[in-house]
Amino acid sequence: MKLTVWTYEGPPHVGAMRVATGMTGLHYVLHAPQGDTYADLLFTMIERRNHRPPVTYTTFQARDLGSDTANLFKTSLQDAYARFQPEALIVGASCTAELIQDDPGGMAETMDIPVPVIPLELPSYQRKENFGADETFFQIVRTLAKPVARTARISCNLIGPTALGFRHRDDITEITALLSDMGVSVNVVAPMTARPSDIARMGAAHFNVLMYPETAETAARWMARELDQPYTTIVPIGVGATRDFVAEVAGITGVTPYLDDSRLRLPWYSKSVDSTYLTGKRVFLFGDGTHVAAAARIARDEMGFEVVGMGCYNREMARPIRALAKDYGVAATITDDYLEVERVIEALQPEMILGTQMERHIGKRLGIPCAVISAPVHVQDFPARYSPQMGIEGANVIFDTWVHPLVMGLEEHLLHMFRDDFEFHDAAGPSHHGGHAPRPGAAAGPAPQAAPSPRDISEPEKTGADIIWLADAERELKKIPFFVRGKARRNTETFASERGVARISVETLYEAKAHYAR
Amino acid sequence: MTELPRLPTSGGCRDEPILKQRGQREVFCGLTGIIWLHRKMQDAFFLVVGSRTCAHLLQSAAGVMIFAEPRFGTAILEETDLAGLADAQSELDKVVDQLLARRTDIKQLFLVGSCPSEVIKLDLSRAAERMTERYAPSVRVLNFSGSGIETTFTQGEDACLASMVPVLPKTDERQLMLVGALPDVVEEQAISLLADMGIGPIRVLPAPRSDTGLGIGDKTMFALTQPFLGDTHAALERRGARHLPAPFPFGEEGTTAWLRTIADEFGVDDATFERVTAAPRARARKAITQASDALRGKSIFFFPDSQLEIPLARFLTRECGMEAIEVGAPFIHKGIVGPDLDMLAQGPTLSEGQDVDLQLDRCRDARPDLTVCGLGLANPLEAEGLATKWAIELVFTPVHFYEQAGDLAGLFSRPVRRAELLDLEVTA
Repeated sequence: MKLTVWTYEGPPHVGAMRVATGMTGLHYVLHAPQGDTYADLLFTMIERRNHRPPVTYTTFQARDLGSDTANLFKTSLQDAYARFQPEALIVGASCTAELIQDDPGGMAETMDIPVPVIPLELPSYQRKENFGADETFFQIVRTLAKPVARTARISCNLIGPTALGFRHRDDITEITALLSDMGVSVNVVAPMTARPSDIARMGAAHFNVLMYPETAETAARWMARELDQPYTTIVPIGVGATRDFVAEVAGITGVTPYLDDSRLRLPWYSKSVDSTYLTGKRVFLFGDGTHVAAAARIARDEMGFEVVGMGCYNREMARPIRALAKDYGVAATITDDYLEVERVIEALQPEMILGTQMERHIGKRLGIPCAVISAPVHVQDFPARYSPQMGIEGANVIFDTWVHPLVMGLEEHLLHMFRDDFEFHDAAGPSHHGGHAPRPGAAAGPAPQAAPSPRDISEPEKTGADIIWLADAERELKKIPFFVRGKARRNTETFASERGVARISVETLYEAKAHYAR
Repeated sequence: MTELPRLPTSGGCRDEPILKQRGQREVFCGLTGIIWLHRKMQDAFFLVVGSRTCAHLLQSAAGVMIFAEPRFGTAILEETDLAGLADAQSELDKVVDQLLARRTDIKQLFLVGSCPSEVIKLDLSRAAERMTERYAPSVRVLNFSGSGIETTFTQGEDACLASMVPVLPKTDERQLMLVGALPDVVEEQAISLLADMGIGPIRVLPAPRSDTGLGIGDKTMFALTQPFLGDTHAALERRGARHLPAPFPFGEEGTTAWLRTIADEFGVDDATFERVTAAPRARARKAITQASDALRGKSIFFFPDSQLEIPLARFLTRECGMEAIEVGAPFIHKGIVGPDLDMLAQGPTLSEGQDVDLQLDRCRDARPDLTVCGLGLANPLEAEGLATKWAIELVFTPVHFYEQAGDLAGLFSRPVRRAELLDLEVTA
């Protein structure tokens, strides 16, 4: 039993729903109690889908247990087929139905449904959402994809995009265009946008572009083996990765590498003098493994940040993320425990977090700016405008997104110059963001206080077991702008404890500053 | 003399036939109630014993993540817990030990049963007893089920409140108990209206904290503020308390009828009742008239969700001039919503339970001007050109009593006005 407050991933059947909802002409009959229908709102509200997810829930109740839950499943399957007339069905159990062991797959087999019925085994008490999506897509591909003649032109399948994916909608457009520029056409995009009949002709492609290993790697491996289709291993997020991806596609297909970078702005924006202030910004990365790995390279090589920590919530990616963290000389945080991530961030005191919506909340609480780079998603992660992460435009979008939460360079200097200015103060936040708090104590009554956390234990002890800040030093520390204060505090304490200094004075503070000067 | 509500001449809906269909339901389970209950009971922690799905529901249903660590969590059952039940009990002890050690502010702990814990028959009442002994007197441990195989949405609150009734101390004091978790502002308004009539003492279940000395006995009169509290109603009667059945306090008419029932029980004279209610009644009428402008003559269709449907249909048809086509509720408890059914004119289809596909067919055929439904159905129906109101907002928003009557009408008129307001076509 494991105590959980917030979760990064839903249960595996939600992963299956992401596959089913991304597709058309496929229907999912899920043996589940009534409350499980909450999952529909993930798609209709967060993603603003204009149709119900193609899912029929059997919605059994307590009184059905031990009597006819099996029959209920059969009736639901029959009715769903009759009503929706899908080209194929997937059937499975949610966590509760798994316990009553009705075997949806076995029952479906006995029923003479005239279209393929694909049974799913998704162990709810061991695995999670990404596994559910990956396994579901794999089972669909394994059942429906057959060897077929290759297309005359060089073509590929884009695999991995699902409903409720982080910017999948726009990544498809971007990568389709990028490949088209190279003369490579897209045969099928799956699971999102595909019908079961499209899955059947996936074998016509010359290779697969594995866009999101989290949701399609098992299928990619199977197709490599059974359909003789190689797949790409580079995820084209960031300038360098996009160039490498182009080279990889050229290597697989023999076409001439080509990248239209006339619209690419990240490199120049990053080089331009106004970006100097980005140098060495300490960032912490957290999300799904794929997006974190891509973000690490962008952060260090393309933005000039210092990566001070990274991690992922999906254990399937633990190994590559651990290896990558080692390359970057930082510790890897592999956990799905939100509170542990918060503790790591509190201890590292980064100047910016590149994380998920969960880390955005952590950042809000700790006063650290955060840009979102990965699922789990929020309604804000489905912007109306074109906003990919991949390819040329993806790099531009990432530059803007990452810089936006920060206090800008010249403003940073002004904050240093006019420390107690009535407009530039800690509570105000970056001037290009709305909703500025009034200056504490000034004019209109008490300033709003940040909501105190009700927790009792997870507050870390003041760093450095017995280090005390003398009053002068504490006051001096307060004069340091808020967005670097955490770092200054941490550096000073580290500096003091390394030297066995127990009481931090103003002197210690400035000695530490000199020591860490870059 | 305050006029009593006029009953429909054609007869109310109390004895009308009820359409019952069995099929897929599109509703939340009772765990959802934790989202508002944990805000209401400030020293309580809700520990769901369930699966990852339960945890995912709790963070998704509210549509928001509460900033900071909330007072609810899920003890997620893992493969090893399912192997042997003895294990699960001691695992649960460990989780609770951990939790209470770090949250010393917690005085009431609710162990909340879920679908998986019900199916594996994990005995949470035994666990609660054991833990109550262990942590007495600083923490009281109770249990209830919020599982989707037993409860629908607001029934979770019902199960929670019902679990608190047996452990309330006995009192012989004559008192009024208001039952149902309401936003503080609304609760204070209700208490102040009743207190101004000289009624008291007034107690509230659930109390904001466990140490308020809330008791119960033969001289306790209780009024429900929410229509979904069937089990709590039964539990209170078992403790000797007496129910004051009334229409629910939505809108001017409902609020007046609800207050009148209590006032009569406590011997409040007409002059006092008039003095206390006249001004807020006039305000409520004015606000409703303004807010319901867009609703007059419009039709409405309710999908089952919170059990508020029948009282709301009564309010919308009688005070806002709407026409109800179908009023669906997950359960219809006539002992509780009977007075509202009496006031609801015959005409609409009353349905209990759901086959969502068949109900959607009926809704599409009827093409109502406004459809009240859950979050899973709202955008799909909007995409088909039907204006919708999310039902969940009705349990999260202050909507009871006089001062909120206009806001309540506004919740329904906003989507209708918005549908009329948006113009995205060429003007030429």
